[in-house]
Amino acid sequence: MIIGSTLVMAVREVRRNTMRSILTGLGIVIGVAAVILMVTIGDSASRKVTIDIGKLGSNLLIVMPGSERRGPIAATAPPLTSADAAAIAAAASAVGQVAPAASKSVLAVVGNHNHNTLATGSTNAYFGVRSYAIARGRAFTDAELQAGALACVIGETVRRELFRNQDPLGATLRVDRLSCTVVGVLVSKGSATLGGDQDDLIVMPLLAVQRRLTGSTDLGAVFVSAIDERSTTRAKTQIEQLLRQRRRIQPGQADDFMVQDMKEITKTLGTVTGILTALLAAIAAVSLLVGGIGIMNIMLVSVTERTREIGIRLSIGALGREVLFQFLVEAVVLSTLGGLIGLVAGLVGSALLCSALGLPFAIVPWVVVLAVAFSVAVGVGFGYFPARRAAALDPIEALRHE
Amino acid sequence: MTTLLELIDVTRRYGKGDAEVFALAGATLDIAQGEFVAVMGPSGSGKSTCLNVLGGLDRPTTGSYFFRGVDVGALDRDQLARFRRHYLGFVFQGYNLLARTSALENVELPLVYRGIGRRERRRRALGALAEVGLADRAGHTPAELSGGQQQRVAIARAIVTDPALLLADEPTGNLDTVRKDEIMQLLVGLNRDRGITIVMVTHEPEMAAYTTRAIHFRDGVVERDLRRAA
Repeated sequence: MIIGSTLVMAVREVRRNTMRSILTGLGIVIGVAAVILMVTIGDSASRKVTIDIGKLGSNLLIVMPGSERRGPIAATAPPLTSADAAAIAAAASAVGQVAPAASKSVLAVVGNHNHNTLATGSTNAYFGVRSYAIARGRAFTDAELQAGALACVIGETVRRELFRNQDPLGATLRVDRLSCTVVGVLVSKGSATLGGDQDDLIVMPLLAVQRRLTGSTDLGAVFVSAIDERSTTRAKTQIEQLLRQRRRIQPGQADDFMVQDMKEITKTLGTVTGILTALLAAIAAVSLLVGGIGIMNIMLVSVTERTREIGIRLSIGALGREVLFQFLVEAVVLSTLGGLIGLVAGLVGSALLCSALGLPFAIVPWVVVLAVAFSVAVGVGFGYFPARRAAALDPIEALRHE
Repeated sequence: MTTLLELIDVTRRYGKGDAEVFALAGATLDIAQGEFVAVMGPSGSGKSTCLNVLGGLDRPTTGSYFFRGVDVGALDRDQLARFRRHYLGFVFQGYNLLARTSALENVELPLVYRGIGRRERRRRALGALAEVGLADRAGHTPAELSGGQQQRVAIARAIVTDPALLLADEPTGNLDTVRKDEIMQLLVGLNRDRGITIVMVTHEPEMAAYTTRAIHFRDGVVERDLRRAA
């Protein structure tokens, strides 16, 4: 039999019972919409994280004292110093820029506005390593860095909180008890999914922070950029070997420092997203199963209702497999219709949810294909049993059926 | 006249053991091309079973059914379906049209299973409807047609494939006298003008009067076989 006329018949049959068809397809609609929603949102979230990590600097490595196993900073771990930073810059070939950093929480004041923020002392390498760009003004001069001058470059949040509509360049900013001159303003990076507001910071020459704020030559961390993204692992290994040597750690002994790389953070996030996705996939699978059973149920009802029609078709010469095919196509039309409605509902839903959560929305092509394929498969899978029952009817019995 | 079909000592048994019933108990008959045969008999005489066997809807338990020399009793389910598709047309007492489907589409249905294209289907179905005098009712559904009209649509559906054999099971059973006469005139015309062989089951002698031959069944065997000059 011609496939086209079977399809026409099937569509007509589905339209004939519009309400019943819609209710039958609802299970598939919900299942497919759930799949689309979860994958699209999951994809958008991880895209956002990737973008954020890119903003942090995807080839960024952070070297900190203390071991991972005993908590962030072990009391016994010796601090990192500027000499360590210089050694890393000199010896590790996979390393690009190195920015030693010391930070302190401070209260910044301008006139009668004040704002709690973090003051970080570093070099001009800091901007490059952390992917900050100067919007207005300038970075530090060599003279300022060598002298530990009271100059500062401020983030967008600090500028907005303290200066409002005033021009910050050249203005004086009080950091705790120090009076600093603002020499530059950073380009806004926006908020990150990890680490909060990236524009809430004040950068000063390292020596200024060490001498006047923390009162020690210790570094809180050394920010390092690998020469490119592919070299982060190599850079990490080089730094670890170098520091073990410098800190005289015996083979077999654990590190008393750690080198964090952004990949690890991404991996952790990936695991969390993975668990969430698996959970939602299970829910979607259950609702597709329930939807499939609904279709099987309605198709069985339909076969019973149309027993006489099947008898007529068989008597005028329809083959068993042609009757089977007809009912199978009907089941597939039902489930595919549900799948397409679910697809649209899922995409609209995720677009709305993405914009509400401030995530970038993008259609994931493979999930669209998968969702449609799944709904077709559900129709074939759950439509087969009722269709086979229709095909196996005895024509004489079927014609007698009231 | 050439022989179209023959039944040789055909039995059809239902049930097993004590519940065993012979609907046909050794029926032998042959029908020539171009005959218009009435199959008669009281209920339970085996006339409907005989029609089902002739139509390839039922298979003989023993005995042979040859149609144009082919042993139909030996065909499998799919082969029987193809046999019905290519050689037979059915008309039933209860019309058996597809509900909520137009007369035209009902008539087209056998052509769909023959894989004939849309345009050709339409042309032939309209032709068959015109032949039964319902060209102006093509778009009507069965619910919008009278009993006599529905039966004529069913006849159009049966003849649209130019069958070698038309099988009719009490085709006038549900109709009043005037409509009965219309339907019988139509069948007589098809038999005479198009040479379609017709086998019609009926229990009404008035209907048998239109035919050229009457075969009487009793207890599953042929009791009488009367030929009349047309």
